[in-house]
Amino acid sequence: MSGPSTYVPGSGFARWLDERLPVVRLMHDSFGEFPTPRNLNYWWTFGGILTFFLVAQLVTGVVLAMHYTADADLAFGSIEHIMRNVNYGWLIRYAHAVGASMFFLAVYIHIFRGLYYGSYKAPREVLWILGVIIYILMMVTAFMGYVLPWGQMSFWAATVITNLFSAFPLVGESITEWLWGGFSVDDATLKRFYALHYLLPFMIFGVVILHIWALHVPGSNNPAGIAVRDKQDTLPFTPYYAVKDGFALVAFLIPFAWFVFYNPNILGHTDNYILANPLSTPAHIVPEWYLLPFYAILRAIPSKLGGVLAMFASLGILVLLPWLDTSRVRSAAFRPLYRQFFWIFVADCVVLGYLGSQPPEGGFLIAARICTAYYFVHFLVILPLLGLIETPRPLPESITKAVLAKSADRGGGQPAAAPAGGGG
Amino acid sequence: MITALKGGLGAALFAGLVAGGATRAGAAGEAIHIELQNWSFAGVFGRFDRGELQRGYQVYAEVCSACHSLEYLYYRNLADPGGPGFTEAEAGAIAAGFEVSDGPDEDGEMFTRPALPRDRFASPFANDEEARAINGGALPPDLSVIAKARGIERGFPWWLIDLFTGYQEQGADYLYALLSGYEDAPADFALQSGMQYNTAFPGHQIAMPAPLSDDLVEYADGTPATVSQMARDVTAFLMWAAEPKLEERKRAGFQVMLFLAVFATLLYLTKKKVWSRLDH
Repeated sequence: MSGPSTYVPGSGFARWLDERLPVVRLMHDSFGEFPTPRNLNYWWTFGGILTFFLVAQLVTGVVLAMHYTADADLAFGSIEHIMRNVNYGWLIRYAHAVGASMFFLAVYIHIFRGLYYGSYKAPREVLWILGVIIYILMMVTAFMGYVLPWGQMSFWAATVITNLFSAFPLVGESITEWLWGGFSVDDATLKRFYALHYLLPFMIFGVVILHIWALHVPGSNNPAGIAVRDKQDTLPFTPYYAVKDGFALVAFLIPFAWFVFYNPNILGHTDNYILANPLSTPAHIVPEWYLLPFYAILRAIPSKLGGVLAMFASLGILVLLPWLDTSRVRSAAFRPLYRQFFWIFVADCVVLGYLGSQPPEGGFLIAARICTAYYFVHFLVILPLLGLIETPRPLPESITKAVLAKSADRGGGQPAAAPAGGGG
Repeated sequence: MITALKGGLGAALFAGLVAGGATRAGAAGEAIHIELQNWSFAGVFGRFDRGELQRGYQVYAEVCSACHSLEYLYYRNLADPGGPGFTEAEAGAIAAGFEVSDGPDEDGEMFTRPALPRDRFASPFANDEEARAINGGALPPDLSVIAKARGIERGFPWWLIDLFTGYQEQGADYLYALLSGYEDAPADFALQSGMQYNTAFPGHQIAMPAPLSDDLVEYADGTPATVSQMARDVTAFLMWAAEPKLEERKRAGFQVMLFLAVFATLLYLTKKKVWSRLDH
């Protein structure tokens, strides 16, 4: 909860700065003393992980930009130049490419955490919507970034996705040519995608600041989904959650390093090591893995415009989530019925992802249509109904009681609420 | 009701996968099976074999370079650490055997001169159009990154397992299978004119005639130059050409993973210590 600041400047200089630009006070209030629910589990560490990866992508991206050439004839060669000639260029390039995948892995865990624990419910609706905006910006950024190496998959994925806009009646063709800067994906498209790919991450950074601000007004949600009642329900962010987030980050860096150093290309597509050829279409055009579920939804609908609208709707519906879920109870921990539907939904998304990687024909197409329909049924039918018919389990009286009940289950310590000294 | 829903979703998925799998096989013909090979550069501690790379370079230079360029490599790369291990003098001597165009000079004329280590590998053709004209309309691809531009279709669950095993030699396995996969076409196979039958190539018809035959090159180190030996050597060379930093990458990876493991352990213990101040 945002309350009065407890920061006391420690030196003359600190006082002087605090009167002019209270940044240290802001850091102290937001990340130092900030009261955080004491029962957060490791699913709450992914916000910090995401912030790290945003900065990592920005840093590796800016360094890559010093050596990359955004020209249809030179782009592919400039990437090879980075990989072969630039000192540690191979490392920066692989870190950026793998980093994008890890960024999306973390964001999916972060989003599904929100879905499970009801973090999108009042009073965090704006926080949630800002998150959806960040997610959409991430997808646009990643899509444009993938075009930059100008490989076969870069070119043809750009062709497929930009062509979608021609589905809109009357204005579609004009919009598409305006996007392309010409009559097909070509050098002009590459140059503007480069400019926008450089720009959008800084917009993401801005929305992330709003996202953290919107979080700090009500404070974090927690696994029990019940509100913080008093001081003993919380812990100061530093040192408890700072060290926990730090550990989780380093642990997450281990699979990141695994891919960067031991299998950097497996998350990508071999066709992108072939120079783009407008005259030769690859057998299967697929986006990167993190965009596959939306690709499946796009291709499931028989009409081009229908597919485009369904794809946009699948994201737009996330914005409405706080109002579609009618349950008064936040956390799935106390919603036995919702919990089952949550996991079915997770399975639905994973299956959609798999189907996005396969050709949209035969059984794959049937399955994609079923899974797409279920995706919308989950949000539009199941969630509203569940709130009305579900009997939630009794909620704990407070966060502290929930924590103590858990430690009593484990056979742990005394029911003293204040931090005790000399603990084991 | 939920059980029925889960069952229904599962049944739909299963039906979809079974039907979809059959459709895919039907469209492509029988699935192409590529044997996995043992490579010295595979695995967490993989390194290139210098002799293999040098023999592979010899195969490239004497056989493949007639049609295939290697445009992203420079002659100096032959002397780089983690590569074939030629000395700088040897790389210079190799380079000097090729003529490259340079200029304009003071009179505005282009001229040719012997290549230097800082020059790119010379291309056999002036441009793609000439390459196609000489090769019956087919363009021999540049080989700089071909080992990363080719792969093997590995169905489920292999692609999931590959994420964890660090298998990144799909391209090399494919190239070896391709180079050693030239056979007479089966009696019932309709081979188009000008094409060759190959067991590994998608569709089994490839425009490239079999590039390797026994004793085509005479290895400097005396190794018998069988087709499978040359295929292995040139594939290893092409893997190096695509990933010259492979050894450096894996060595650095070991140090990084070790550091992160230690760091994560220390942070975990620190976290435990900090949180132990609380009662729970």
